Amino acid sequence: MAEKHNFGVNPVTCHAVSGDKTNLALSLNDHEVKIYKKSGNKWQETDTLGEHGQRVTGIDWASKSNRIVTCGADRNAYVWTYQNGKWKPELVILRINRAATCVRWSPEENKFAVGCGARLISVSYYEEEHRWWVSKHIKKPIRSTVTCLDWHPNNVLIAAGSTDFKARVFSGYIKEIESKPSPCAWGTKMMFATPMAEFSNGGGGWVHAISFSPSGDRIAWVGHDSSVSVADAANESRLVVIKDSFLPFLGITWVSENSMVAAGYDCNPMLFTYDAGKGSLSLVSKLDIPQEKAAGTVSAMNRFRDLDKKASSGDNSTELKTQHQNTITQVSVFDGTKAQCKRISTSGVDGNLIIWDLNVSQHSINASF
Amino acid sequence: MDYSCCSTFLFILLCVQAATLKPYLNCVKETLTAAMCVQSFDSQVVERHNKPEVEVKSSKELLLTPVVISRNEKEKVLIESSINSIRISIAVKQADEIEKILCHKFMRFMMMRAENFVILRRKPVEGYDISFLITNVHTEQMYKHKLVDFIIQFMEEIDKEINDMKLAVNSRARLSAEEFLKCF
Repeated sequence: MAEKHNFGVNPVTCHAVSGDKTNLALSLNDHEVKIYKKSGNKWQETDTLGEHGQRVTGIDWASKSNRIVTCGADRNAYVWTYQNGKWKPELVILRINRAATCVRWSPEENKFAVGCGARLISVSYYEEEHRWWVSKHIKKPIRSTVTCLDWHPNNVLIAAGSTDFKARVFSGYIKEIESKPSPCAWGTKMMFATPMAEFSNGGGGWVHAISFSPSGDRIAWVGHDSSVSVADAANESRLVVIKDSFLPFLGITWVSENSMVAAGYDCNPMLFTYDAGKGSLSLVSKLDIPQEKAAGTVSAMNRFRDLDKKASSGDNSTELKTQHQNTITQVSVFDGTKAQCKRISTSGVDGNLIIWDLNVSQHSINASF
Repeated sequence: MDYSCCSTFLFILLCVQAATLKPYLNCVKETLTAAMCVQSFDSQVVERHNKPEVEVKSSKELLLTPVVISRNEKEKVLIESSINSIRISIAVKQADEIEKILCHKFMRFMMMRAENFVILRRKPVEGYDISFLITNVHTEQMYKHKLVDFIIQFMEEIDKEINDMKLAVNSRARLSAEEFLKCF
């Protein structure tokens, strides 16, 4: 039900999948981006993109135009285009003076947004006449590092979370390259860099990940206070927060109009559902249901051997019961769209990339309830 | 009679101690598990820097409220956390002069070899005997739950270690005094 792929002992900082799901780009916590091609049920390394000078922090693969954008702690971003069997880099001048943290293509792939430690979002678009990527900044009222970004399906609005505990929605409308956007649930006037909404869930957690729902009317974000929050613009910006006894989440994505998957320090992706009618948010299930090891089968000999070797008879194996052995840092839709997601991929600090089949796990969820 | 009474008393004392040590360590363990949620974070103040925020304290929104867990006045743990690092400081029980000296010497011995202990800090935080600094690099290289176990085990062992050393010092002192007094 879940395919597990290992990429060594180093953490997978970020990953992205091509539109046809046969190629994968990921960074193993260093300055390089590795490209893998699916062969059989294995990922075969085909290329290495090494232009960054410091750790790569964000990768996004434009599915329609087949371009990759990467950003890194060296304050640069590169757009990679596939030409004559090679990936060709093109430097983007972001005009930022701190590390970039995340990058996302807009749905129409004519611009992308980069979040960074300089307390701003840089929106870049391609200027045909100069053949050059130009950047515009969204500065106010961001007070700290921007940690996560997501684009509204209308190609204009950007949701951003930052370490000042707030989730915000900005307009990323660039009049040079697109026509005037039509009004949506978040507002009518969409000048570039207009703050459309600002949310705080009342706690004080750094926002780690944010996601627009498939319709774009809702945003969901996760914070360091172990919360999952949903703000619903179609329902007077109603805010719903759920907190439970789990550790904080680092990634979240919607998988249908009403449900989302979040994962983080618990090493276990969890499915949440939002009920717009009742205005409630609830945990449906964990995706990783560990196989219980039969207890009480420790033989007397093993018991005494453990006592002798480790001075304890308890079960003190180093392995966790979950598939991911360390923090999950990213959750993304692997197959399908946010509206109808078939499979999701998670990558983590343990160097694993796991592809979860949502249909099957939903069956098992139904069975378990 | 006298002896058995004494040993019963000792037994009760040990039980009480064991009973209070366990919840204390459990509390530290749970707090550490929750605090050890760190990620890589590049400095937003200095260009191209990536430093433990709990040490540099460059922006206050990146620091969490420090937690002190104390068993009594002398035995306590301070846990300071930030977005990419946590600092754990431990105050060890020191009942008398000899324990104070032993503790000081022992901690100094370890801190001089801090690089071999990976997560040990070279200097303790003011008011504590020993400090650990755990950054996102450590949680990437090592299992998180094992790091927590290490700290807990350290806390369990350190009292025992100092007690053993104290006994050894005392018995050696007695022996050498006896030997010395034989001359007269």
